[in-house]
Amino acid sequence: MSDSAPAAADTPAESPEPPPEHPLVVALREGVTGLSGVTVTESRGMTLAHIPDAGRIVDVCRFLKTDGDWEFVMLIDIVAVDHRDSEPRFGLTYTLHSISKNQRIFLKIRVPGGAAVVPTMTTLWSGANWMEREVFDMFGVRFAGHPDLRKILTPDDLEGHPLRKDFPLGNVDVWPEGADTNVAR
Amino acid sequence: MTDIELRPSRDLDAETLTINMGPQHPSTHGVLRLVLELDGETVVNCQPVVGYLHTGIEKELEYKTFQQGMVLTDRMDYTAASCNNLAYALAVEKLIGIQIPPRGQMVRVMIAEMSRLTGHMIWVGTHALDLGAMTVFLYSMQDRERFMDLIEMASGHRLTPTYIRVGGLSDDLPDGWLENAREVVALLPGMIDQYEGLLTNNAIWMSRTQGIGTITAAEALDLGLTGPSLRGSGVAYDVRKALPYCGYENFDFKIPVGETGDVFDRYLVRVAEMRQSASILKQALDNLPDGPYDCQDAKYIRPPKIETMLRMEQLIHHFLLVTEGFKAPRGEAYVATEGAKGELGFYVVGDGSNKPYRAHMRSPSFINLQALPKMCVGRMVADVVACIGSLDIVLGEVDR
Repeated sequence: MSDSAPAAADTPAESPEPPPEHPLVVALREGVTGLSGVTVTESRGMTLAHIPDAGRIVDVCRFLKTDGDWEFVMLIDIVAVDHRDSEPRFGLTYTLHSISKNQRIFLKIRVPGGAAVVPTMTTLWSGANWMEREVFDMFGVRFAGHPDLRKILTPDDLEGHPLRKDFPLGNVDVWPEGADTNVAR
Repeated sequence: MTDIELRPSRDLDAETLTINMGPQHPSTHGVLRLVLELDGETVVNCQPVVGYLHTGIEKELEYKTFQQGMVLTDRMDYTAASCNNLAYALAVEKLIGIQIPPRGQMVRVMIAEMSRLTGHMIWVGTHALDLGAMTVFLYSMQDRERFMDLIEMASGHRLTPTYIRVGGLSDDLPDGWLENAREVVALLPGMIDQYEGLLTNNAIWMSRTQGIGTITAAEALDLGLTGPSLRGSGVAYDVRKALPYCGYENFDFKIPVGETGDVFDRYLVRVAEMRQSASILKQALDNLPDGPYDCQDAKYIRPPKIETMLRMEQLIHHFLLVTEGFKAPRGEAYVATEGAKGELGFYVVGDGSNKPYRAHMRSPSFINLQALPKMCVGRMVADVVACIGSLDIVLGEVDR
């Protein structure tokens, strides 16, 4: 038997107070023009901020780097994950650290699988150069405005992006170009 | 008599010379290839090319259970292997949500600091060797053998110990380990004095390292440097103090910081760090608590071997843990540690199965290596060798 709302004879219940907004949500809404929909979750002691508009990630980082309340001066890493079963396919996590406030934040965006393009972070940190090259090499996500977007770790003759879930693990003989493969076993 | 015509002058400095340094070169500390464009002796452009040691460890980790994957992590920074084990173990433990008891944590600290020392001893020896001070290499490698013996006594391996496991350690410290460790740690300050005596006030060393490869604090933060390379430029950021793990907050140690950010400062920072490691080791040896060394949870830790032979439930646990491994919940975890080269972190994503969905190593050497062109351009070729040494890169960590 489903319980319906209390009958009209009861006094109407007071609506509960909405939970206070995370200060980061407020700061990003006020500090980055036109940005909305940011959600912040705390998980396992980590602060995860989900930025729905992937194209605004550089603006968000610029605010967090320069604003006196946050001062996230270090870009720690850029990590990509291939969520093969859900779109947008690629999840990128930007880890920033503030030395003065001793805080860390993980900014998360999702980019679609088709022709994934994200603005480059090299305008804010030149150390993002190789981090983005590795993501491009392994996943095929392109970074618009990157000064030198090309493979970094895999051999030049390897086609494809190895850390994608549809790229096989291997166990296939690999011969260098021009090698004589007719070897007596 | 005809006038003698002067030979027309040729524009001799129009062309630059592009040469390869590496990937096979004794001073690149591994298979690092540098494409150098030289104008005479001066470096005009420097492009590092990496990937010669790339073995796809991150891809492999997705196909191995968490405990199997631990073996692969040794191979990343192989000069300080237990630091990698520790970072991976902490990340997986954070994902699962298990805690390690105090004895296990302190043994982990000791093994990690010993790994840091072995990494720094290789660094001081090879860095000095590259610049011509060959004696230091012989002394530091011989001293390093004392620590390799200790690690071998605990784990059975010298270079790739895999002693730190998810949930604790592979086994407790053997009898006699503490006495041996106390003996070696007591000798450690004398070892470091010997290296400093050969280098720190050595006129040749100073002229080859002071004012070379200078990186300002702002440039260091912009490039993403961490570890001694960042601290040499004056930024006091050490993960052991900023985001303590394994009980580091209970240890009394300092963070050495440089002033100018040149090769000499990075050398001084690492040598001072070795002394701080000696102090941490002594504190750990003096205060090692008794008790269990692993999380005591049968879901994640194999039972003692004798029990698998006597009791059915323990036998089944052992069987399942070895064949299938434990499962981690959905979610993600990132743990930062202070590796020998900088901030060494592992980002692990679980999908409810017994294997990581994604495991990524935040590799300090990979990111620090981006600073090399900034250090080398405008300087002479001989300084390139000094700069590579001062960055202290390990190609296993760069390429994974």
